[in-house]
Amino acid sequence: MSTAKRVPAPDRNDFMDVDGLLNDEQRQIRDTVRAFATAELLPHVADWFEAGTIPDAPGLAKGMGALGIFGMHLDGYGCAGTDNVSYGLACREMEAVDSGLRSFLSVQGSLAMAGIHKFGSEEQKNEWLPRMAAGDAIGCFGLTEPDSGSDPGSMRTRARRDGADWVLDGTKMWITNGNVAQVAIVWAATEEGIRGFLVPTDTPGFQANVVHKKISLRASITSELVLDGVRLPANAQLPLAEGLKAPLSCLNEARYGIVWGVVGAARACYEAAVDYAGSRVQFDKPIAGFQLTQRKIADMLVDVNQAGLTAWRIGTLKDADRAHHNHVSFGKFANVQAAQRVARASRSIHGANGITLEYPVMRHMVNLETVATYEGTEEIHALSLGQAVTGVSAFR
Amino acid sequence: MNIVVCVKQVPDTASERNLKTDDKTLDREAADGLMNELDEYAVEEALQIKEAQGGEVTVLTMGPDKAAETIRKALSMGADKAVHLVDDALHGSDALQTSAALAQALRKIGFDLVILGSESTDARTGVLAAMLAERLGVPQLSLAGKVEIDGGNVRVERQTDYGHDKVEGSLPAVVSVVEKINEPRYPSFKGIMAAKKKPVEKLAVGDIELDAAAVGLGNAPTQVVEFAAAPPRAAGTIVTDEGEGGAQAADFLASKKFV
Ligand SMILES: Cc1cc2nc3c(=O)[nH]c(=O)nc-3n(C[C@H](O)[C@H](O)[C@H](O)COP(=O)(O)OP(=O)(O)OC[C@H]3O[C@@H](n4cnc5c(N)ncnc54)[C@H](O)[C@@H]3O)c2cc1C
Repeated sequence: MSTAKRVPAPDRNDFMDVDGLLNDEQRQIRDTVRAFATAELLPHVADWFEAGTIPDAPGLAKGMGALGIFGMHLDGYGCAGTDNVSYGLACREMEAVDSGLRSFLSVQGSLAMAGIHKFGSEEQKNEWLPRMAAGDAIGCFGLTEPDSGSDPGSMRTRARRDGADWVLDGTKMWITNGNVAQVAIVWAATEEGIRGFLVPTDTPGFQANVVHKKISLRASITSELVLDGVRLPANAQLPLAEGLKAPLSCLNEARYGIVWGVVGAARACYEAAVDYAGSRVQFDKPIAGFQLTQRKIADMLVDVNQAGLTAWRIGTLKDADRAHHNHVSFGKFANVQAAQRVARASRSIHGANGITLEYPVMRHMVNLETVATYEGTEEIHALSLGQAVTGVSAFR
Repeated sequence: MNIVVCVKQVPDTASERNLKTDDKTLDREAADGLMNELDEYAVEEALQIKEAQGGEVTVLTMGPDKAAETIRKALSMGADKAVHLVDDALHGSDALQTSAALAQALRKIGFDLVILGSESTDARTGVLAAMLAERLGVPQLSLAGKVEIDGGNVRVERQTDYGHDKVEGSLPAVVSVVEKINEPRYPSFKGIMAAKKKPVEKLAVGDIELDAAAVGLGNAPTQVVEFAAAPPRAAGTIVTDEGEGGAQAADFLASKKFV
């Protein structure tokens, strides 16, 4: 036996030392987003949630843009060009504050910008990407419709040719940032199949209406987009996007951010629970001292850390160009459920305080209902994973 | 304008900090390192001056290998290059020795303006700027809440208990800054990516014409003789509000010179 070396006790906020797996640059990006989100966003987010909006979305976009967070993992066109683990960390630290704020950056960077980056013409990229990276322009992504959610192939929005122009008609629903966007990426059925279009939101016939009465993702703007004879020049079409696989590949990018993001939400709920349990006294002792509470905390600890490791592993696979979309499905399926369990347990530990916006936990808990639904519901990912390992499709 | 910012890596004030029992120096390995907060303001001010006037910003730090993290942060914020004074011989140097080493490094680098935070959150001696200015034979303008460069002169608003003094000196000069001066920027991701490629020159004691026997714990003119853990916080005073609670709270604040 060699001489015994004293092993330091695990850090309760990073028990499995997931962040010990990071390189200097990744750590620095984590620290920067954490510092920004904690100082600039956390003090306001409960008010925004209560108000059901982001009061100054252009200002938020500029602040995030100055960091370089939008499209950070894309190359060129004013984007920072970081690796995928760094992008995941940015999502994690942002969602530790609120899922709505992480959605803001997911939609801008992974749906709208990544879509233009991947499928756009050189002219389209030059027109939009640098402004979007800087946060001077906001983009949204319109795939879902009132009658077409999990099955986007059933969409009814149509694009038809009229001479050299395209004319779009239809309605999109649940579109994040629709009311504050300067450009909407709209997916529509054409005679040749599904195609994508860049629609400047001041085009005649385009209208965005805010979705009210949400009780989840309230610190986020959700819209209905109405397209009524929207006439676009031929060069508004994304030339490289052919068929449904084009928008689905954008969703896969954004979903990757969710795999990391929910680890942040879960961590925030776990940390809040440990703090609260340590200071709340009932029956003459801190509730942390009751076995039932400790069981909850132990379960939360495992969920947070396993989800963190899963995210890191998928990130490193992605950086090695080896992340299959089924890996990302695995991460979304596993980590969102883990985060939901953690949020619910944390809410219960907080008792009555847990239902208020004075504590972050119920806000996270209800936000995660949206996160479980968008970018492929839990059921849809179960079907993807089931098909991946059995070879049998159960989608229809 | 050739600006050098002196930055220091300090242990995170949020983490537990201890002195080592063997040599009574701070256990820097055990604590998370951060850039000394006031130095972030110094870096920001240097960048703003450069952005307005042109020139170059060099970061200078003295510290162990780990201090490279702090250099990287300053480079990510936008500094152009860095000099890292790192040598085991420097371990445990006190303020006098540190100022001697930094002054030698500054002579080697050359400067029109040296900017630094007015104190560090670990040792809190607050004397480094004065010592540097003295050793370099240049004016010191301390506790700056505002800095203006005007040709060969530097003007600062020096923070005082009663407001501020307007102080002017000729360049080259040493300026120490206080928090009020600006709002330090966050490093941008592009800055973080670019920082990897910026030059960082490592200097040892021998490179700056400094005698190793003049620095380090064993040769320090001042010594930590003894240390004790801070006593646990005394119980607070509970004021029962019987109509004049507000006055009592105000008296308390006045007795602590908060109002
Ligand atoms: C706040 C918010 C923001 C959003 N932002 C955007 C956005 O920016 N852009 C955009 O395009 N969309 C956005 N969405 C829409 C989101 O992607 C859809 O809600 C999601 O795809 C699910 O569609 P749906 O709501 O129509 O549910 P449905 O597809 O109707 O599903 C209802 C239920 O049926 C289940 N189900 C469906 N099919 C099957 C099956 N084959 N087997 C088993 N169960 C099944 C589902 O899992 C779910 O439980 C957003 C949604 C929300 C809530």
